[in-house]
Amino acid sequence: MSAVKVYVPRETTSVSVGADAVAVAIARAAKQAGASIQIVRNGSWGACWLEPLVEVDVDGTRIAYGNVAAADIPDLFAAGLLAGGDHEKRLGPINEVPYLISQDRWTFWRCGLIEALSLEDFLLHQGFKALQKAWEMGPDAVIDAVTASGLRGRGGAGFPTGIKWRTVADAAGPQKYIACNADEGDSGTFSDRMLMEGDPFGLLEALAIAGFAVGADKAYIYLRSEYPLTHTILARAIETAREAGWLGSDIQGSGFDFDVELHLGAGSYVCGEETAMLESLEGKKGIVRYKPPLPAHEGLFGKPTVVNNVVTLASVPNIVNLGGERYAGMGVNRSKGTLAFQLAGNIRRGGLVEKSFGVTLRELIDEYGGGTASGRPVKAVQVGGPLGAYLPESQLDTPLDYEAFAAIGAMIGHGGIVVFDDTVDMAGQARFAMEFCAIESCGKCTPCRIGSTRGVEIIDRMIKGEEREANYDLLVELCDTMEAASLCAMGGMTPYPVRSVLKHFAEDFASGGDET
Amino acid sequence: MLVQILQAIVQAHGWVSEDTIRQLAQALNLSRADVHGVVEYYHDFRTAQPGRNIVKICQAEACQAMGSRELTQHAHAAVDAGTTIEPVYCLGNCACAPAVMVNGKTIGRVDAARFDALVADLRGAEK
Ligand SMILES: Cc1cc2nc3c(=O)[nH]c(=O)nc-3n(C[C@H](O)[C@H](O)[C@H](O)COP(=O)(O)O)c2cc1C
Ligand code: SF4
Ligand code: FES
Repeated sequence: MSAVKVYVPRETTSVSVGADAVAVAIARAAKQAGASIQIVRNGSWGACWLEPLVEVDVDGTRIAYGNVAAADIPDLFAAGLLAGGDHEKRLGPINEVPYLISQDRWTFWRCGLIEALSLEDFLLHQGFKALQKAWEMGPDAVIDAVTASGLRGRGGAGFPTGIKWRTVADAAGPQKYIACNADEGDSGTFSDRMLMEGDPFGLLEALAIAGFAVGADKAYIYLRSEYPLTHTILARAIETAREAGWLGSDIQGSGFDFDVELHLGAGSYVCGEETAMLESLEGKKGIVRYKPPLPAHEGLFGKPTVVNNVVTLASVPNIVNLGGERYAGMGVNRSKGTLAFQLAGNIRRGGLVEKSFGVTLRELIDEYGGGTASGRPVKAVQVGGPLGAYLPESQLDTPLDYEAFAAIGAMIGHGGIVVFDDTVDMAGQARFAMEFCAIESCGKCTPCRIGSTRGVEIIDRMIKGEEREANYDLLVELCDTMEAASLCAMGGMTPYPVRSVLKHFAEDFASGGDET
Repeated sequence: MLVQILQAIVQAHGWVSEDTIRQLAQALNLSRADVHGVVEYYHDFRTAQPGRNIVKICQAEACQAMGSRELTQHAHAAVDAGTTIEPVYCLGNCACAPAVMVNGKTIGRVDAARFDALVADLRGAEK
């Protein structure tokens, strides 16, 4: 009999709740039982609430067990884990878990499915097929497919990817670069990380396609330092791909040269802003640059550069494989395709849910998320990271669509959805928005650098109940100034969460003291 | 270049001293102010020697929603002088909040009891 495959994710969230210890315990128990097993370290399927999630391959069907602890292993072995035996932690076949089967997995389809660091497994699952197809199509047709897909940047700004690629392809000069934004600074987001940990070769393939399309022979990945496990996995994948001739010169005899360099950030939120990231990649302080010139014209080391988010890029291989029209057929209005939403904070079933645009927040939070973890009512939901608005219960039926969100003064950003129950003090959240801006401001513009500190002071006075009306007006005025006179969205959008609190949760300012 | 060198220094020694800044400026032919500027800009580049253990507690919104403010208060009272507690803004573990990072390892679903167990593990490892 061949060895039984047992899948235990090696991914930050699963490891953060004990997956490594589970893998060790399984190996030990199998040895004791004289059973022959092969432990496969896959990525996460994204059902974080079920981590550590273990699967056992029983005659080709992967039987899942959720919330497995190392201490459960003896009991699970007694229940016949290796034959898919019954147990209270048994969830059934992974491809029948409701949380997963109702998703539209376009970008994350390999995540969880394959052994993350096995090039062989990657190749068995369409790996590098899109790159080979791109070579046949030629650069122009690849860019046309991306344009036809309607894909927009998933890093936050939602800029059409095809237009960006075309601009760089048309730019003059022999040296061009791809800069992959893996800074993932937005709180409540982890989709870049999951993709890189679960399908690292998939990202490398996407980078190579981008390079081929625009005429770049080098990509830099700018990875935040808060993701050490991601760094280990990506670095290993790059090495493996290089050894196998999928990176380097004359890839697989195609005549195409392409390589990838991995860079670490050093703990700065603003370094996720594309021009600050380029400065940081050049070894400098991450100060935001004036635009123009656009990075597409003068980017890294002054050369034309495509800056794209991890998830944007990782959506491309399937667009090449299946056609841009297929992707554009999903979603609504000008929000085409899918987004990997991330359910976080006070939520019972937190995790990554890849769905077509148009789904509502309520569907995501109730049907996938199962409501709050505390069981209390939802009071506020912050969408799109620290610069995103807080939405009240009454706005949860807003469809996830870039323009629909913009219309209510909110943004989808990188797709992070952070749920708060009714114990949250929203005045404190408004204060934090200003405080975070003060901590992270790159310092280039006064409204952001000084204004944010002033904002904290004003909110403190409001919380104390001092001259509430005058301070309210002052805060609104400050928000106007920050929005109008900041160079980037750090200062320019910090007012969004603040204003949303003033608009929807004003009563939370009223509790601190008497009106004077 | 400078950023990567500083990263290596912080990884090896935990912090960047005034002395190191002077040496770096000399070696790289930069002004001390230039090196200072970069060191001060990035949160990772500590300018004070940390304790034997470094515990980062996520202060960002998803963790706030699950009680990271209370956890942080608890943590300051729970650790000894040899442990440095630092804020961090998101560890990408937001679906299993609150999240902390202990000596470079991310840990999820950390309540006060779990935190105390982590501290006990650190003490145990030192004995
Ligand atoms: C303060 C600030 C922080 C940002 N952080 C990130 C980030 O962490 N990751 C990211 O992909 N984009 C981030 N962005 C957006 C980038 O500037 C840029 O729009 C994006 O990387 C472009 O790639 P895309 O078109 O694929 O989204 C940030 C923007 C600002 C203003
Ligand atoms: S808005 Fe803030 S972060 Fe952005 S460039 Fe100005 S000072 Fe820097
Ligand atoms: S907000 Fe704390 S880990 Fe993301």
